[in-house]
Amino acid sequence: MPATVFKKPNGLTDKKLHYCPGCGHGIVHRLIAECVDEMGDTNDTVICAPVGCAVFVPSYFTYDSIQCAHGRAPATATGIKRVHPDKTVITYQGDGDLASIGMAEIIHAAARGEKFTTVFINNGIYGMTGGQMAPTTLPGMKATTAQSGRDPKLNGNPIRICELLSSLTGPAYIERVAVDSPAHVIKAKAAIKKALQYQKEGLGFTLIEVVSNCPTNWGMTAVKSMDFVRSDMIPYYPLGVYKDVKEGK
Amino acid sequence: MAKVLMKGNEAVGKAAIQAGCTFFAGYPITPQNEVPEYLSREMPLAGGTFIQSESEVAAINMLYGAGGAGARCMTSSSSPGIALKQEGIGYCVFGEVPCVINSVARGGPALGTIQPSQQDYLQATRGGANGDYHIPVLAPATIQEAVNFVKEAFEIADLYRTPVMVLQDGLIGQMMEPVDFDVPVKKREIPSKSKWALGYGKQGDTHFIEAIVMDAPMCEKKNHRFFTEKYAVIEKEEVRYEEYMMDDAEYAFVAYGSTSRICKTAIKVLRGKGIKIGLIRPQTLWPFPQVPFQNKNIKLFIDVEMNMGQMVPDVALAVNDKNKVKFFGRCGGMIPSPDEVVEAAEKYIGGAK
Repeated sequence: MPATVFKKPNGLTDKKLHYCPGCGHGIVHRLIAECVDEMGDTNDTVICAPVGCAVFVPSYFTYDSIQCAHGRAPATATGIKRVHPDKTVITYQGDGDLASIGMAEIIHAAARGEKFTTVFINNGIYGMTGGQMAPTTLPGMKATTAQSGRDPKLNGNPIRICELLSSLTGPAYIERVAVDSPAHVIKAKAAIKKALQYQKEGLGFTLIEVVSNCPTNWGMTAVKSMDFVRSDMIPYYPLGVYKDVKEGK
Repeated sequence: MAKVLMKGNEAVGKAAIQAGCTFFAGYPITPQNEVPEYLSREMPLAGGTFIQSESEVAAINMLYGAGGAGARCMTSSSSPGIALKQEGIGYCVFGEVPCVINSVARGGPALGTIQPSQQDYLQATRGGANGDYHIPVLAPATIQEAVNFVKEAFEIADLYRTPVMVLQDGLIGQMMEPVDFDVPVKKREIPSKSKWALGYGKQGDTHFIEAIVMDAPMCEKKNHRFFTEKYAVIEKEEVRYEEYMMDDAEYAFVAYGSTSRICKTAIKVLRGKGIKIGLIRPQTLWPFPQVPFQNKNIKLFIDVEMNMGQMVPDVALAVNDKNKVKFFGRCGGMIPSPDEVVEAAEKYIGGAK
């Protein structure tokens, strides 16, 4: 009798992903769905979509969902979680959404210790609008609004969100992970699951930053883009646990 | 129940709790600060949630979540703060999220002044969010009416799944008047929110609040549905106004909110001089009343506002004769005196009594 060794998580729909070939979003979607499934919360989760490539998150998950105004997902998630403290609430946000236009909302939701989980995709670029410079674009990295590469003298240096938010008391768990290799994907899943568990225990705000790629707007093949994550992104955005209230960190 | 003496802003907070509001988010701004102050104290006692948000923008987006999750929710602000909420109001419109926005207007533009004003008539009735939409706007003239309208705003919001604005001015917010909290308001038959709100969906029947429709024909269809199934019904069912001394009137003031009370004083003076003048007072600014303006006995409609004439186009459209519409107003936080209003009316009416 054949055994099932791999299947689609219940939290994912059959809708074909619109993401470009090689994009990290698909991996992270699956990890979230696997974690929520394993925790038995597939029927008790609400996911908040950002503005950006992931605006269509609602069509890929079988959860209740809402498309938020640009950057405001943490405020909207605050409203949902306060009304339904027993539900798992997730915001899924990109770097333009979270680290630029939505900086006030993420900092204050974190400071209040709102009991939801943010999955933050950092690929150093605005994807949906066609490759403009993000607050996370690396120095020298080319973007359609920084065509000779980001110049820190003009644009400042990229913002490190985990480091910034971990200075607050409100967050219960903050970790930066990557999805450039199988080993990192396994670690990323463990981090997301831990964040969701901390949310369930009501410990405070949780955020997992995923260092990811954007082959299309980086102008690279999928494989080259993953090499770039390792060679350039991770050195600027070091992986690891930045906040863990259970470990006194 | 006996009446209690209460400040307008606090009465609004109490009315919201009485109406079953369980979620409030707001940011400090004069002249409405007593609303969040009162609710920060009283809302938790009533088992609800109070959040002092980091901004006006965050507050309305919290309502988008809380209202989307099925709670009766409210935010409160004043002119520049309401300006900041406009984008979020648009999301609540498109996502069909019920919520109540209490607006206590001050003089503008920009920070303007903190004195009472009606300079936000267009902001309230035309809005600043993108796209085609309307939201119901209720304009109370007394604290009693503010209390009743706040309660009714929640009913209208839930029935039509729309944001509803209660537009006041600093006068009503800041003064004290006797108010009866037991005056009944019209209850609507509201379908259970568990049919659509977040947190009540099931596998195979999940609930989704949308902000983007990539397919243009579908997006147009949704716009059309709002206009035919929502706005047309609201225009028919929810419009309201007061007519004061209009039975024998040959002239009519048109005024809402605080200004209508000044006009009532002016009417007494003008009637003492033999001028047959009354008042048409829109209580809903959208939908704007049409019927009272069909009165063929009226020679002139004198619009009086604390602004530069923002309601004039609505009055002229309703009268369908712009030559019959005159305007007098003060703005920037200045309140017209009854004498000024009498003088303006006499100037327009001239010798023809």
